[in-house]
Amino acid sequence: MTEILGVPVAVLSGQLMLGIINGSFYALLSLGLAVIFGLLKIINFAHGAMYMLGAMCTVLMFDVFGINYWVALFLAPVVVGCFGIVLEYFLLRRIAGQDHIYSLLLTFGIALILQGLLTNIYGVSGLRYSMPEMFRGGMNLGFMFLPYYRAWVIVAALLVCFGTWFMIEKTRLGSYLRAGTEDSQLMQGFGINVPLLISLTYGFGVMLAAFAGALAAPIYSVSPVMGSNILIVVFAVVVIGGMGSIAGAVITGLMMGVVEGFTKVFYPEGSAAVIFLVMVVVLLIRPSGLFGKEA
Amino acid sequence: MTITKKLLTSAVASAMLVGGAQAEISNDTVKIGYLADMSGTYRDLAGPNGLTALEMAISDFGGTVNGAKIEVVSADDRNSPDSSSSTVRRWVENEDVDMVAGLVASSVTIAVSNILEESNKLGIVSGSAASSITNEHCTPNHIHYVYDTYPLANGTASAVVKEGGETWFILTADYAFGHALENDVTRVVEENGGEVIQTVRHPFPTSDFSSFILQAQSSGADVVALANAGADTTNAITTAGEFGLTQSGQTLAALLLFLTDVHALGAQTAQGIQLTTGWYWDMNDETREWSDRFMEETGVRPTMVHAGIYSSTIQYLNAVKATGSDDSQTVRKQMMDTPINDMFAKNGIIREDGRMVHDMYLAEVKTPEESENEWDLYEIVRTIPGDEAYRPLSESKCKLVTQN
Repeated sequence: MTEILGVPVAVLSGQLMLGIINGSFYALLSLGLAVIFGLLKIINFAHGAMYMLGAMCTVLMFDVFGINYWVALFLAPVVVGCFGIVLEYFLLRRIAGQDHIYSLLLTFGIALILQGLLTNIYGVSGLRYSMPEMFRGGMNLGFMFLPYYRAWVIVAALLVCFGTWFMIEKTRLGSYLRAGTEDSQLMQGFGINVPLLISLTYGFGVMLAAFAGALAAPIYSVSPVMGSNILIVVFAVVVIGGMGSIAGAVITGLMMGVVEGFTKVFYPEGSAAVIFLVMVVVLLIRPSGLFGKEA
Repeated sequence: MTITKKLLTSAVASAMLVGGAQAEISNDTVKIGYLADMSGTYRDLAGPNGLTALEMAISDFGGTVNGAKIEVVSADDRNSPDSSSSTVRRWVENEDVDMVAGLVASSVTIAVSNILEESNKLGIVSGSAASSITNEHCTPNHIHYVYDTYPLANGTASAVVKEGGETWFILTADYAFGHALENDVTRVVEENGGEVIQTVRHPFPTSDFSSFILQAQSSGADVVALANAGADTTNAITTAGEFGLTQSGQTLAALLLFLTDVHALGAQTAQGIQLTTGWYWDMNDETREWSDRFMEETGVRPTMVHAGIYSSTIQYLNAVKATGSDDSQTVRKQMMDTPINDMFAKNGIIREDGRMVHDMYLAEVKTPEESENEWDLYEIVRTIPGDEAYRPLSESKCKLVTQN
């Protein structure tokens, strides 16, 4: 069998596939962060908590109301998105225009409160959520066994990422968004409701996180602390990609998933650190990130 | 000369006073500090419900001991040896805490036991796993009560090897506890004629195990063993199920699983998994009766750690009552002299190294058909006698043992 550095190519192909799957989650999450930062200039430390809320909502909707996976995949992000809008309206709006550190601390505080409240109610062992019937099982690709659900993750994540990029970069609504954050007074002069636009944007960014959470519910342990671990990694992804770059966040997310996947084969002990290592190197060589505009 | 004589007399007198005070309960209060992970990964297996178990023990004991009141303080260890050390230092130096209970993450326990030794207070460890706590890290100031990695490996690994699992792939959490468990398992597997063909150490914590499960599958090993705990274990088991690990003929062995983990996985996912436990709520009338009371208070069934906290607190208070003292060495000696016979253990003995030796149980997770309710999860397959389960004193590296 052909080998690269002592590892069979078949194993590497499997890891490449898994890297892309994990990268899809990073892409979805960092995309939401990038949208919120790019358009609102808010460093949203509550993003991990919103991911967690999306997953928890999916599970609770099933447990309490018997709502199935497909409906929850749509409904959970909407519910969490509305919650995000409420947060923006009552809290974040009050510190708009202040230094970044204020929004960072405020959202971090919100995240800790949400996490603490839910931990008190549900504990940390994780809630059960069974795989939807149609996704049970998988296909043999020759080099690996690919569960159907993981294949669906890639498809769903890429569709949503592409849709978001298209909406922001190519549609009229997107152009309002971008213009509104560049010069909100001028936009208001044109009769556009900028505060509403900002609320909706925050809600949308939060929805993306909640969607990732709903997507994660059948395969990861759903618990109130699930967001805190992934948040830091996702921030690193955004920094590597360049703060505020939409396409950059998605591409970097996928790339980092793959980098991490390979590290798990060649030096598993280092797989938690490798993304941060890349971040350090990128910051040293290109401080604005791989896809960021030079400041 | 007379002045010197007077000084000497008063020195002797005060020394006698101090010496005499040791036979009494200091400040007329027995103060217990409960230190555990109250909000992180290990919250559910001990956490706030462990504090409830401790309070149940005190109220069952009557709330006072020899007329002295019993007080409890508690703190979150945040799984941090540093912050826990400063908490315990404050407790023993400024707040007159006599005994520290709970003690979950092994790294926290090792750090705290050093402070307890310096200040000569007592610690009763109920949550930690590392067998090194009563081996190279033993002190005359703590007792390890519920379980450790030695019987976990002995119970589960030897059972799996005997069922024909010859080649092993071990997936280890990359920190002190995981390494201890990996060593203990490797020893047991090799002693029983098996072979460890690959070990992979994953960062703690890890949320996505698919990459490691894929490596385990391509290793071709008969047995994939998980030397990790908590969410890492449940995540790995879920992913193994998704990737069809057991369908392709490999056996999955989880070396440390708590009831709360199995409950989170559910019988559907966890069925057939073999595990070693120090106690199970549904073993006999005594355990059921206590567990019902615990469930009334907390809404959940107790883990072995919860039961251990209850049992060890009663044992501790009995020893304080019998000796009329809260001096750590007096109480520890009394506890070592008293065999433990309660709902937690039968003929449990605390050894000189601080290890409480009691029977352990090899359990198998029931199938959804066998399981009558959400907490009806284990079938006890075998009782492992305490002497067989734990590391014998002849192999001990504990300073308290080798000195003799």
